[in-house]
Amino acid sequence: MAALMIGGAGERLAAYGHLVRAQVRSQAQYRTSLVVDVVGSVAFGVLDVVTVIVFFRVTSDLAGFSFPEVFLMTTLTSCAFSLADLCVGNVERLRFFVRTGLFDAVLVRPLGTLVQLLAMDIAPRRVGRVVLGVALVVTAAVHAHVPASPAHIALLVVTPLAGAVIFSSIFVATSSVTFWWIESGEFGNALTYGGHDFASYPLNIYGAALRRIFAYGLGFAFVAYYPTLSLLGRTDPLGAPAFLGYASPLIALFTAGVAALFWRLGIRHYRSTGS
Amino acid sequence: MWLSLNLAASLREDVYWTMTGAETRASRWPAASWSAYFALAVAGFRRHATYRQAMAAAIFTNTIFGFLRCAMLLAAAGANAGSVAGYDEARLVTFVWAGQGLIGVVLIWAPTELADRIRTGDVIADLLRPVDLVWQHLAADLGRAGLAVFTRLLGPIAVGSIFFTLFWPRRLLTYPLFVCSIALGTVVCFGCRYLVNAAAYWLLDARGPLTAWTLVSGLLGGLYFPLWFLPRAVALSLVMGTPFPSTIQLPLDILVERGSTAHQMALLCTQAGWAIAMLALCHWVQRLGERRLVAQGG
Repeated sequence: MAALMIGGAGERLAAYGHLVRAQVRSQAQYRTSLVVDVVGSVAFGVLDVVTVIVFFRVTSDLAGFSFPEVFLMTTLTSCAFSLADLCVGNVERLRFFVRTGLFDAVLVRPLGTLVQLLAMDIAPRRVGRVVLGVALVVTAAVHAHVPASPAHIALLVVTPLAGAVIFSSIFVATSSVTFWWIESGEFGNALTYGGHDFASYPLNIYGAALRRIFAYGLGFAFVAYYPTLSLLGRTDPLGAPAFLGYASPLIALFTAGVAALFWRLGIRHYRSTGS
Repeated sequence: MWLSLNLAASLREDVYWTMTGAETRASRWPAASWSAYFALAVAGFRRHATYRQAMAAAIFTNTIFGFLRCAMLLAAAGANAGSVAGYDEARLVTFVWAGQGLIGVVLIWAPTELADRIRTGDVIADLLRPVDLVWQHLAADLGRAGLAVFTRLLGPIAVGSIFFTLFWPRRLLTYPLFVCSIALGTVVCFGCRYLVNAAAYWLLDARGPLTAWTLVSGLLGGLYFPLWFLPRAVALSLVMGTPFPSTIQLPLDILVERGSTAHQMALLCTQAGWAIAMLALCHWVQRLGERRLVAQGG
């Protein structure tokens, strides 16, 4: 089999590049749909913010947090999520590949399975939401008076990236469930989109059980909540130590490792359709 | 394949009637009999009853979101002496759980079945059948919704009632009103989904309109927050001027008894108005779409 493998990393990258470009070109054929898609993608980003603004229209604070504070959490989450959605969001379509047996075609090619799947399904339209996400994080940081020291700016840059890795890991891990449970349907949405909603708000509005599962079990507390506390120099009303605000990259590495493990186990379990 | 034998029999009668009728036109078949539509509804019910795992997954997802939304809304109410925009805590919680249940009944996330059939040209086969395409899809959809009431709606409400104190309607009349409201909400939502799918007659790839629908339906349907969180004039014009609140927000307002019986009746009439308008619009767009289909040589 070794002879069949595409040699160097460079060649492999070129192959992925071809897949991505082909996908982008094919989507650009339906121009009207693409434009509407990009607008729609931006609008989803706006929606995240609108919800928080509307909430603060009817209330002055959310569990002791003011609007600028919650707004920063929401925008950090939105930015991280849109980045993850752009890169790996379409892995959700894995269940279609598994159900139809199309995944066979992915397996026989001499390229990594996950990257292939992502390259084949990339959604360029989602760039719009990422751009908006970045702009909103900057706005929220200024609005919340985040100090302009190098440490704070570094944390502000790293947080959405780490958050994107956490969301991506959850996307991949929940999609892998389809290897065992083909008709898992919307199951993954509860953890991915649910995680997005969870991370957008302060931790102390949730009950203990939800916190245990989403904040610590799945790592969503590190997407925005703890980093925001550090950025604003606030102490956690739940009593967590301050250094947790800087722990997001570590947590992201860990979740990525777990997701990779899930993926590998899933692939081993894959049995095609038998047709 | 999922059409029952019963349907096939009633369709044959209609074909016979059409063939012998004086006014046979290729594109305008006469309406099929009630029994055909009833059979379609039963088929819709039975078809979706076979997707048990997907249904369990969907109920799980709705339940998780139920917990998340409850936490947010209760936090907002907690900062305002337990009441926000005219909803007390029990009403808010009921709004969330029944709302999560209604997602699956009115079916907010639109399947692309019709759009796919238009894109591939399979819709031609549907048009050849002696059943009006809009009524045919509506009948199947109502069958699906009937099943969803007992699964997707009651599931989250049951979970919600275990973990929270729900608001149970005090007026007996509210229950039948709520049932009517769900039916009308389903028709309105069906109309919106049909129109979004029918965009494929012009765009071929209806993903853009579908995205727009997903966005607008959730926001203006009342899924993210009750629309009355908005300034009153805005909320009112959305309720009267767009079909979206008629899908979820209005049934929920009827359920939690926001206002008097007369108020509930007014909400129901708004829904009825939108249901009629959407169905008329569907038929009109379908006619235009069929002409477009011919132009494309499909």
